[in-house]
Parts: sequence; C-alpha cells; structure tokens
Amino acid sequence: MAECVEDSDAESRISYGDYIVLKRGDVFKSVQVENKKKVIFEKQWFFLDNAVGQLYGTIFEIVAGGSLRVKMVKRAGSSLNNDDSKEAGQDNRHIMDDGRSQKLTRDDIETLKEQGLMGQEIVQQLIDNSTTFKDKTEFAQQKYIKKKKKKYESDITFLKPSTRLLSMMYHGREPGKICHLRYDTLAQMLTLGNIHASSKIIVFETCAGLVLGSVMERMGGYGSVIQVYPGGGPTRAGMESFGFPSSFHETLHDFPMCKVNALLAGTLDLSEKDTDSRTDVSRDGQLDSSRETSGVFQEGTTEPQRMEVSIDPEEEMKRAEREKLRQQRAEEKKVKMEERRKKLTSASALLQGQDADGLVIASRFHPCPVLMGLLKFVAPSRPFVVYCQYREPLIECYTKLREQGGTINLRLTDSWLRHYQVLPNRTHPLLLMSGGGGYLLSGTTVAKSVTQQKSEEPAAKRLKLDMSTPSCESST
Amino acid sequence: MSFVEYSELIQEGDVVIIFLGHESMMPVKVQSGAQTQTRYGVIRHSSDLIGQRFGSKVTCSKGGWVYVLHPTPELWTVNLPHRTQILYTTDIANITLMLELKPGSVVCESGTGSGSLSHAILRTIAPTGHLHTVEFHAQRSEKAMEEFKEHKVSHLVTVRNQDVCKEGFGVTGVADAVFLDIPSPWEAVPHAKRAMKHKGGRLCSFSPCIEQVQRTCEALSDHGFEEICTLEVLLRVHDVRSVTLSLPDFGPEEGSTDSTQKEEVPNTGIASVVCKTATPPREMAGHTGYLTFATKPRD
Repeated sequence: MAECVEDSDAESRISYGDYIVLKRGDVFKSVQVENKKKVIFEKQWFFLDNAVGQLYGTIFEIVAGGSLRVKMVKRAGSSLNNDDSKEAGQDNRHIMDDGRSQKLTRDDIETLKEQGLMGQEIVQQLIDNSTTFKDKTEFAQQKYIKKKKKKYESDITFLKPSTRLLSMMYHGREPGKICHLRYDTLAQMLTLGNIHASSKIIVFETCAGLVLGSVMERMGGYGSVIQVYPGGGPTRAGMESFGFPSSFHETLHDFPMCKVNALLAGTLDLSEKDTDSRTDVSRDGQLDSSRETSGVFQEGTTEPQRMEVSIDPEEEMKRAEREKLRQQRAEEKKVKMEERRKKLTSASALLQGQDADGLVIASRFHPCPVLMGLLKFVAPSRPFVVYCQYREPLIECYTKLREQGGTINLRLTDSWLRHYQVLPNRTHPLLLMSGGGGYLLSGTTVAKSVTQQKSEEPAAKRLKLDMSTPSCESST
Repeated sequence: MSFVEYSELIQEGDVVIIFLGHESMMPVKVQSGAQTQTRYGVIRHSSDLIGQRFGSKVTCSKGGWVYVLHPTPELWTVNLPHRTQILYTTDIANITLMLELKPGSVVCESGTGSGSLSHAILRTIAPTGHLHTVEFHAQRSEKAMEEFKEHKVSHLVTVRNQDVCKEGFGVTGVADAVFLDIPSPWEAVPHAKRAMKHKGGRLCSFSPCIEQVQRTCEALSDHGFEEICTLEVLLRVHDVRSVTLSLPDFGPEEGSTDSTQKEEVPNTGIASVVCKTATPPREMAGHTGYLTFATKPRD
C-alpha cells in the first residue's frame, strides 16, 4: 500500500495539450490548454499559459491583461464570511425598497475595478456603501455577501475532466447538444448498463460524444467499445474533452449504421476499397474533392511559370518538392484508407460474434429501429439501456420488445432530481429544479426461442419443448 | 462467472439469478447434484444449469420454464438477502457517478450492511481498484466477506470489523472516494478525511433524515471540504399498458339530417378508443435518503 500513499504529482500538474474543466461557482467550461490561447469564460477573458505546471484543483484569479494568478488559499472562510456579526436587524420591517440603498454607482464600481481592486475588496466597498446592510438580518447579510461575491469575484478553479463535471457542464450550458440528458439519467444508464472494465459495449449516441466518453471512463481502457454512428462519421468532441490516454483510444472502434444490414446479411465487403469511400462520401468526399481541385489549380498556375524559368534551379527544386508532397499526400491517403479499412474490419469482427456485453443508446433518432437493429449484436443475459428525451417512443420500443420476445425485466423509468440548500436553520429544497431529465428503457436480453412468446410470464400450464439452446438468429 | 467479468457458460460454483417472471427472481448457487425448487418445478443443477449458456431458457420438472441470468450488481441488489436496509440502484448510480468511480479507484465504505452498494462499487473499480469496507457488526462483516468470495471479488476488497466513528477505515491517505452510510456521519468525517489521498478526493454521505444532513454538512465545512452539495433522486417507473377509453354519446348531431342514420339504435356505449400509454404506479418510494457530496481539496 506504500505506493498508494505517494501520489504522483507529475500526473496532477497541468501541461500543454491537457483537456481541463474550468469551474466558477456552478458553471463549467471544457478547454484544451494551448500556448497563448485566449479563453472567454463567464464574460471574462484570459490566457491559460500561467496555469501550466500548476496542480489540478488550483484556484486562479484573473489579473490585468488577462493573465492568471494563483489565488492565495484561505481555508475555512474569509473575513467577510466570519460571523463576528457587528450589527444586524431583527427582520425586514425597516428595509425600504427605494433603489437608493447602494451609494456606489455603476461607474464608481467600474472605477474601483480599473484601480485594480480585487473581487473581495469590491464586495467590502459595496457593503460599506450600503445604507441598509446593517438593518438586514444576519441571514440576509450572508445572502447579500454571497450574491455579491458571486458577481465580483473572478476565481476560477482548474479541474481534471470527469463524467461528473462534463455531464453537468453539458446539461448546464448546452443541453440541446446532449438531447437534454440529465446527469442523474446518465448515471442510471452507466449503472443499468453494467458498464465495467473488460467488457464489450456497443454505443449509439448523438450526445456530442459525452455518453461514449462516460462509457469509456467506466471501462478504464479495458475491453472494447464499438461506437455505431449515423451519417458520415462519429461525433466525439465530448469524448475528446475527457482527455483519455492513447491506450483508451485503442479500445474504441466505430462502425457505420448504414452497414449494419450488410453485416447482418453477411454481405459486408471489406476487401474492396470502394466500400470505404462509399461511407466516407458524406464526410470526406467534399474534403477530398476540394483538395483535388486545389491541386489542379496549383498545377495550372505553376505551369506558365515553369515554362519561363525552368532553368532556375530553385524553382526546379520547389517543383520537385511540391511533387514529392503530392505523392506523399497520396501515399498518406492510401495509408489512411488502409487504416480505415482495417478499423472497419476489426469493428465488424467485434460485432459479428453477436456477443456484445451491453448496449447503450442515447440519440435524437427514433429509438425503436435503432434498438431493434442493434439488439441483435448483444449476447443473451446482458443489459441494455435506451435513453430518449420523450416517453412515447420508448413506449413503442417496450411494446415491440414484448411482442418480439428475447428480452425480460423491461422497465420504463425517469428520475426526479432535487437539490437542497443546507444551512443552519435555513435548510430547504432549492427554489428551482429540473423539470425532467429524459426517459430510460432498460432490460436484459435472453435467448430467443423459435416459437414466439407473447408474454414474458412463464406459463406453467402449457408444456414447452426444451428450448435451452439459444437461437438468437432471427432473420427478418 | 464473476461479478466483475462476464462469462458465457454456467459453471459449478457460480451464482445465477433464476428469472421466474415479472419482478420475480431468485439467486441460486450452482452445485452439481443439487436441486432447486421453484413454483414451476425442480431445476436440476447438473443437467439444467451447468454448461448452459447464461440467458437460456430452462424447463422445470412441471413443464414451466425459467431463464437463468448472469448475475450483475443490479440483479444482486434486488435479490440479495437483507441483513440491513439496503441502497437501491437509483441512488447507487448517482453515488457512483458523483464519486467519480472508475477502474482503479480506491474506495472506503462504511457500513458494509448487506453489500448492495459494495458489489456495485467493486464492479466499477475492478480490475485495479480496491474497496476498504468497514462494518461494526461482526456477523454482518463475516457474511459480507463470504459473499465476496462466492462472487469472486474478494481480491478487490478488504472487510474490516470495526467502528468507523471511533477507529476509522484502517487506512490513511489512499482513498479516492469515501462513502458513509451510518447513523452519525459527522463523527466519521475526520476519519474520512484521513483515509483520503493527499491530492484530494470525493466524499458521499447517505442519510435518511435532514437533521443528519445538517450536522454532516457542518462537519464537512469545518474540515475544509468544498463543493458541498445535497440532493435527492427518486425513480419513477412507468407501467406501459393499453387503456380503453369509452367515447361519450352526444346523441344524433343536429347537422346530420340523413334520416337513415337517425334510424340507428341509440349507442349502447360500446364506442371506445384503445390507447397505449404509461401510467405511474399507485404507490412509489417517495424517499430513500439525502445524498450529500463534497470534495476534499489537496492538503
């Protein structure tokens, strides 16, 4: 256990290229640390360079010129927080809302800021210049300070990314990008899906890669993840934000949805090159063609030049270089295509066994065809979980699965999440809560019998033939 | 079979979950020669279970059939023998996410109780993490260790029979996360802090009563914990079914002057619409406990 005691601090230090999560209050932002990168967060802009070499978890404040400064940590409450209460009112009977209680004007505050006053000092100024502060109750005073601190203090904490932080970030900032998947619902998915190391999980998602990333985090680089993707290519921005080590990426495979039927029918052609280009048309097609045209253009312009100054050795060299570059590019493209073909082969090999250990779906597509299509790749006695922002499509899935058989323990659920303010004598639920976090359909696969079962209830009276041999094959 | 790794076929010594029907399951330890009685008849382990694929249908002696399932922490949670109140999957899911558990995490837990959460933690932190679980009830801690052995996860867990409020977790500076489910969590907060890594970590306390939460939050704040956050999660199950809604009869419409239609017999109330919907259960768990999370900063 000795090695556990020694934390490797090297790993806990921020370096260029790292993906980090910025935190201010309850607001998060994910960024990659780059040289002289200007970041705008919470209406403030700054450069990340000063954070490099610092430990994760460090609190920074922004100083003039957008540079970061490590904030001196003062634990257990600042002077403002301390309850050496000087003066406080009993209740609010003497508080008049005439909009004149604050003597400082907007301009005064701006001047204070320009003078380089830090957040805490500004808050102190605000308190000193408030005519009603002394009459507020002690609780109200604390609330006032808290509110002003939030507004004027520019502390930013730098954190290592995690599913917790990223799912809360996406939910808070861009819920539309993740189909309004709330973090507690994502938590259910990962647990109900029994996502763990050394398993083979199929993921289909259009949640910016957040679901994929969280599945990969739970697998810790052990086992394999097959991302089935719609359209031209998989979306992975959210997964990249986790900043996984390269070993994790080796466990990630992808397979285009449009080839699922071919794979099931056994007609998927991996040997031919054009199978690749066919799927890539939508994504890379444009890119490739634009590259080609630019090449043509280049050639066109250089031609007359070449004729005139062909004797110029410098120009000759340049031309040769260009030629080499082009060849190199073609070579690279070939290698890339070959790589892609290999990846497709490996992904299809993983799926072909129809023995995946789990299936996770969270997309803006109708879940029913997605589920019916991908469930065929899952081994019996394995969990699956489908997220949908709406309830009705999942009702349809449920009905279809019950008709079709091959699944048990079907449950359609949603969860209700409530946060609390916990303070001495002031504990209560927060005034605002999320109205809904989406719906989940979860269940377990079982061997499908040839004779279709209408009900999942075992019928004791009817004598059944022994169907213990699994028959997952159900050609449609 | 192991709770942290799937296998394809059932083997001697495995724990399997027999699925008898909707919401009806039972755990069975597979032993050659043994038999298990179900309401559909006898299951003979040697012929019906051993060597079969997980998820297959097994026909019992009376002709009824059941499915045999690979155990998962979630199935275990609804099948385990209760020695205490247990944590259910909804809370477990949020605890796992909010504690940022993943393969390799070192976790301290108290109390072990019936091991519902322990199994879920072990599943998530395997194959390189470790769970230190503390239970002050001697028999319960022994029973838990037995189960971990049977479930082939004992290499990932250390069970200690001691009082966490007095003696702590028995480890210092190793934990990425600490979970408390004890009557007076505030007394264990200093021990939790000591057990956690120098670089910091996450803590969760589960308490059914708000007064406990109040005191725990104060203790956490006094000990320098940050990001203190209390929440509550409830699961709502939607029962999918077809409902039949009868249509009201307003009598013949004024506009429809067609006399032949008027001849129709007055509606006998058969007109109805079937609609597929999902309804909430009549009663549901309305409270399990408050989950308080906090971050221990770097020392």
